[in-house]
Amino acid sequence: MTTTEIGSPRRRKEDARLITGRTTWTENVTLPGMLHLAILRSPLAHARITSIDVSPALETKGVVAAFSGRDVADVQGSLPCAWPVTEDMVHPDRPPIAVDEVRFMGEAVAVVAARSRAAALDAIAAIEVDYEPLPAVLDMEQAIAEGADLVHAGKGTNKGYTWVFDSAEAGTGGDAGAAIDDAEVVIRRRYVQQRLIPAFMEPRSVVVDPTGDVYTMWSATQIPHILRFLLAVVTGTPEHKVRVIAPDVGGGFGGKLQVTPEELIAFVAAKRLGKPVKYTESRSESLVSAHHGRDVIQDIELAARRDGTVTGLRVKLLANMGAYMGLVGPGVPILGAFMYNAIYKFPAYRFECSGVFTNTTITDAYRGAGRPEATYAIERIMDELAVELGLDPLEVRSRNWINADEFPFTTVCGLAYDSGDYAKATDRAKELFGYDELRQEQQARRDSGDSVQLGIGISTYTEMCGLAPSRVLGALRYGAGGWETASVRMLPTGRVEVVTGTSPHGQGHETAWSQIVADQLGVAFDDVEVLHGDTRTSYKGLDTYGSRSLAVGGIALYNACQKVIENAKPIAAHMLECDPADLEFTGGQFRVRGNPDGGKSLADCALAVFAAHDLPDGIEPTLDADAVYDPVNFSFPHGTHLCATEVDTETGSVTIRKYVAVDDIGRVINPLIVDGQVHGGIAQGIAQALFEEAVYDADGNLMTGTFVDYTLPTAADLPAFVTDRTESPAPDHPLGTKGVGEAGTIASTPAVVNAIVDALRPMGVNDIAMPCTPERVWRAVQGGAA
Amino acid sequence: MTRVSIKVDGVDYEDDVEPRTLLVHHLRESLGKVGTVVGCDTSNCGACTVLMSDADGHQQGVKSCAVLAVQAADREITTIEGLSGPDNTLHPVQRAFHEAHGLQCGFCTPGMIMAAVDLLRENSDPSEQEIREGLEGNLCRCTGYQNIVRAVRAASEEIRHGRAEAEPAPPSQLAGEDQTPDSGLPRQSVPDETIPQPVP
Repeated sequence: MTTTEIGSPRRRKEDARLITGRTTWTENVTLPGMLHLAILRSPLAHARITSIDVSPALETKGVVAAFSGRDVADVQGSLPCAWPVTEDMVHPDRPPIAVDEVRFMGEAVAVVAARSRAAALDAIAAIEVDYEPLPAVLDMEQAIAEGADLVHAGKGTNKGYTWVFDSAEAGTGGDAGAAIDDAEVVIRRRYVQQRLIPAFMEPRSVVVDPTGDVYTMWSATQIPHILRFLLAVVTGTPEHKVRVIAPDVGGGFGGKLQVTPEELIAFVAAKRLGKPVKYTESRSESLVSAHHGRDVIQDIELAARRDGTVTGLRVKLLANMGAYMGLVGPGVPILGAFMYNAIYKFPAYRFECSGVFTNTTITDAYRGAGRPEATYAIERIMDELAVELGLDPLEVRSRNWINADEFPFTTVCGLAYDSGDYAKATDRAKELFGYDELRQEQQARRDSGDSVQLGIGISTYTEMCGLAPSRVLGALRYGAGGWETASVRMLPTGRVEVVTGTSPHGQGHETAWSQIVADQLGVAFDDVEVLHGDTRTSYKGLDTYGSRSLAVGGIALYNACQKVIENAKPIAAHMLECDPADLEFTGGQFRVRGNPDGGKSLADCALAVFAAHDLPDGIEPTLDADAVYDPVNFSFPHGTHLCATEVDTETGSVTIRKYVAVDDIGRVINPLIVDGQVHGGIAQGIAQALFEEAVYDADGNLMTGTFVDYTLPTAADLPAFVTDRTESPAPDHPLGTKGVGEAGTIASTPAVVNAIVDALRPMGVNDIAMPCTPERVWRAVQGGAA
Repeated sequence: MTRVSIKVDGVDYEDDVEPRTLLVHHLRESLGKVGTVVGCDTSNCGACTVLMSDADGHQQGVKSCAVLAVQAADREITTIEGLSGPDNTLHPVQRAFHEAHGLQCGFCTPGMIMAAVDLLRENSDPSEQEIREGLEGNLCRCTGYQNIVRAVRAASEEIRHGRAEAEPAPPSQLAGEDQTPDSGLPRQSVPDETIPQPVP
């Protein structure tokens, strides 16, 4: 194996089509006779549909069909939840088009198919619906109180499930309750993870073609394989008659890890009308109907000795599910359950989470999915412990973290952390940051009473990447496995086609996978084509989420490459008239060991099996190989992020002065792509800390339903980030890689909020609710000073 | 219906449009110019940015979701699809986005590139802060903007030194390069043959 490609900042293959506007988004797909769908959505958070009449829409120009939930009640099925986290989880039916009752603002109530998008949009305004308003359940604590109004009257409760992990019961640690009772110091805090919206830039879009022998669906999805399987199951269509294509997909961040009402509506409409249909949401529709993220109330109790050693942790969560259970929504807080102990050697831990129904848009995976919430809570409260004990926050962390010589380390949750060096990453971050100098400046500003105070925020995070060992997922009651596939096809000219089961939507798999194959097979980077996202070419896979593609799919690809080499070996030996055992494969050439001359390349072997005129007896004429890899463990990247904020105590405005990220994600395939993932991740984490929040009013109206109100950060809102890496290779991965897609988002939110709180400590401030808007910061300063 | 003549990417088009039709929908649905995309419905995201000539013939960046097709009558439009040179050479801004990894999913990219082209026409040597403020009307969810800013700075250097049009640019010194280990390889151009020809 040669490694000229791995570790190289290859410019991406994907770019050529994207920077010239010549790519295929789902919305670009146009088919003969195609009809355009528009969806009428509920203006109310909770109401009974007393009557609905779609016939006025049919009289509108260009309209071909219109139907309500009642019209398709027998064929539309119910949206799936793949993660029933407990045996008795409440999982209400969720028809794609509401039939009798709407349970959140934005829920679909009727559909129009017309010859143009404009005609369809005109027509939905003509549909007549009478609603009988019902009380909207919005507050989680009120929702689970005695006598609360119900989101699903027939279920008798708003509590969807309660899931518990207790290290004493699991045998992985001590009794957290006893640790808290006996503690020298207990810190109790409530943190609120506000509701966020993934806000991928490409609105969701779906095209269904029912003509021909199979149903073909193009969808802006992260999960074409899972979608195909569930479409078949939910609609009763034979799986081999369903083809799903995810063409270029414009971002996901977990937000396109869903089987959506819109996909099922388009499927049902195409089936019913016998014509291709297209539905593309507007941004306003997207913000109210595509799933949201976070929205968790966290009650945290941390027990410690006065020397800073943590002796126990108890976590109690209320997680807002929205009106129904999403595809993996109930499991999102459970993914976080294993991360509250973070990088620390906590001896006792108890976690309890209740999933709560409210009359809001469903919540589900959003970049990090459970792990940012956990990391935020623990990294915030470690700072509070430091303040309580009068220690530097880094000192409290280092007294508790797992030391480099203690890996592999089995945590209080029972996870075996694979590798890492927290001290090394932290030292590097401090150096790049100028930690000591900034602390001095902070002190000087405090001493002089400067109206602009400086704060330093620390976040030392880890995460579990590479979802996931199938047995573990099974034990957590997740509906699918966590393996991944790859196929390597040697074309007769020596070019290579790779089929992957991952489904990139911005991550650059075509580039990174080509680099891996180029190195393993000794072929040119440009001679590799990576195919993905079409279930006809990539019929098997588990798609892209949870920083899994390289950590799992990368091993499948590596293994498939090794199989190709093994397949070629007897053929090369035959051509070289030697024993296969005497051959070595380096630089893309099979050579007799010790003889640098006269080798045979894989391309030679590929041509030989294509002709198949002269192969050894009994040899199958192919080099191609498939591999399916089921990981033996998660991988555990980690890192230290440091943030310096300047907080204007008179206006409440926060400016990020310096942001340093040192991440350890194991071995890096493409540093350019990794840096990009880290930059974007940090930006999304900062967005949670400072800018974004999905807000409902008292009646359940989403008040942040456009980009005017849901404020994504712009270039002018963000600083430049300083990034660097340490490298602790993943011992369970032949290439040593871990995963990086979510790291920045997990790490940055607590770094920013810790910095703001740190700036305002002298004014008595010890918390500010996210997002830390100027108003909230100013009020905290006023309240703290009072 | 109103009859409008619009020149788009060097080609004259004459069509009947509904007065309410947005320019971006006309470009995408009537003219097949699907390189220009729609990311929002409130003119916040800028994904649909194109260049449009004013009455004096000077091209300026506009959000094509905020312009009616009838308002573009007798104007000249340049979209992302018309930005490459006639011989397929990339515009310096396109090349810089590729070089600096200024895109991930690529959905905001057509608008971001057009906005950057517009910015550099007004200010050929913008500072980092001027770039950030200049691109404030364009949202990106993937990159955190860092590499977009680097790309625009690199492109501005190429354009100012006038070498970009004539020859492939040498590796440019990108902002923050000492902190991002991405200068290890010789520059990899987008091979021209991978770029489809613009529609004549």
